[in-house]
Amino acid sequence: MQPLAERQRSFAAALLAPALPAPIGLIGPDGEPSPRRFAVYRNNVVVGLTETLKDAFPAVHRIVGADFFRAMARAYVMVEPPRSPIMLDYGAGFPDFIQGFEPAAVLPYLADVARIERAWTEAYHAPEASPIDPKAFTTIAPDELPGMRLMLHPSLRVVRSEFPALTIWQMNVAGGIPAPVDPAAGGEDVLVVRPLADVEVRSIPEGSLEFIQALGDGRPVLAALEAALTANSRFDLSGNLSDLLGAGALVGYRLAPDTRRP
Amino acid sequence: MTLPSYCARDRIPARGGVGLKAEHYRTILEQRPDIGFFEVHAENYMGAGGPPHRYLSAIRERYPLSLHGVGLSIGADLPLDEAHLQRLSGLIERYRPGLFSEHLAWSSHDTGFLNDLLPVPYTGETLGRVVEHIDQVQSSLRRQMLLENPSTYLAFAESTYSEIDFIAEVVRRTGCGLLLDVNNVYVASTNQLWDPIAYIDAYPLAHVQEIHLAGYTREADEKGRPLLIDTHNRPVDEIVWELYAHAVTLIGPVPTLIEWDADVPVWATLKWEADRAEAIMFATKSEALRHAAAR
Repeated sequence: MQPLAERQRSFAAALLAPALPAPIGLIGPDGEPSPRRFAVYRNNVVVGLTETLKDAFPAVHRIVGADFFRAMARAYVMVEPPRSPIMLDYGAGFPDFIQGFEPAAVLPYLADVARIERAWTEAYHAPEASPIDPKAFTTIAPDELPGMRLMLHPSLRVVRSEFPALTIWQMNVAGGIPAPVDPAAGGEDVLVVRPLADVEVRSIPEGSLEFIQALGDGRPVLAALEAALTANSRFDLSGNLSDLLGAGALVGYRLAPDTRRP
Repeated sequence: MTLPSYCARDRIPARGGVGLKAEHYRTILEQRPDIGFFEVHAENYMGAGGPPHRYLSAIRERYPLSLHGVGLSIGADLPLDEAHLQRLSGLIERYRPGLFSEHLAWSSHDTGFLNDLLPVPYTGETLGRVVEHIDQVQSSLRRQMLLENPSTYLAFAESTYSEIDFIAEVVRRTGCGLLLDVNNVYVASTNQLWDPIAYIDAYPLAHVQEIHLAGYTREADEKGRPLLIDTHNRPVDEIVWELYAHAVTLIGPVPTLIEWDADVPVWATLKWEADRAEAIMFATKSEALRHAAAR
């Protein structure tokens, strides 16, 4: 009799390798082998996972169409099957896979659209946190600002694209209307955050991504400003801070230890 | 093992219920439909935060909830995933579900998570493994779980137990309860050439605490024999309603869930099916009472 471990090993291996024959000892009601019956499980696994990806990457699906998406998702499923039973987290590696997927090379912005969609999913399921009141900063003395550290909302993600990936994404989600886009129109930096119940996706000005990343690394406002100015010498600090507050992207701040006191 | 009982307002009533889908969150909160309970897939609420938890919390304040796991892989030869058990435990603490159920199936292997409910051979070795895993689940979650009968498309040459004898022995050894999926009974019976009525008659019905109903898709195998697929993407079939009526004649009114997970219809369609289940279970009850009175 076949031990359970061996039975499940061969069953699992054949599920994800269509070239392998169905394992022996899997039978129909007449006791005879039935590859067609095993194929139901094979199909369930692949279709289930490609549907999961389709739900998580609706704009990518709309851009490439159902047939291309199915083929691309199937190829991804084979190289990166899920490691965890939590399907809402499946597909973290899909954008990078798309980047390297030869048949999609004619759509160089596609991987970045997928990165925006992945950021959206992560923001959607991220922990809850309350954004700080936009008026909170009015009580802070201007000389305290440079040493201040800002806490970003746990749902916050940034995506950089050298293409107009956000514009393309917006045209391909529910309610979007596709229109001609010049892929060479220039890059877009994108902020994704879910301050309360809804995920918000917006374009951010040049230097803002560097600023946000430095804040996210726990660096004080002055150091984040320096990072931003390296990217954009005309970076507008107060405008960016008020945009972040308005977006609900900040959940707290810490003033530098007071060094003026004796 | 003594398992704690849950307080009355958490209890799932013997009524119709519906598998909760994100598409219906708003409608349910706006319309407050009169329905016995909702059931969710545990894994869909294992994110840290966000709208799924916000909606589920709001719905749970108004309705009893049943928690249905699809990823624990009780039938796997591998040890259970401790982290997954911890997550289930957290969900149970947070949402106080009246029932918790899982499948007689496996879905995890060294290669990862296979995202399907795969069948197990009915052997003494599998029985030992399943019993060990259910003992572990019940002691870790500190409550009784319900085990669901599978929809199968093939059989294993090495099986030495019938499906029913296997399930009855699991119940005897673990003290778990049962979730009778009547659609699965019909799907498996058609695919395996069993008599579905005889299946239900022989099932350990005294341990059934919940019933599932769903739709299937009809295909054929390489010899032209019917091959039914458990797709949950359409109405409950008439023959499954008949089997259900037969089952509740024997069991009595019992929490009954409509599962519809793909091509999800408008809310009214699901509600109609849940109402139909309720009508059948109570018609059967009054019929049984009339019979008893006439005797």
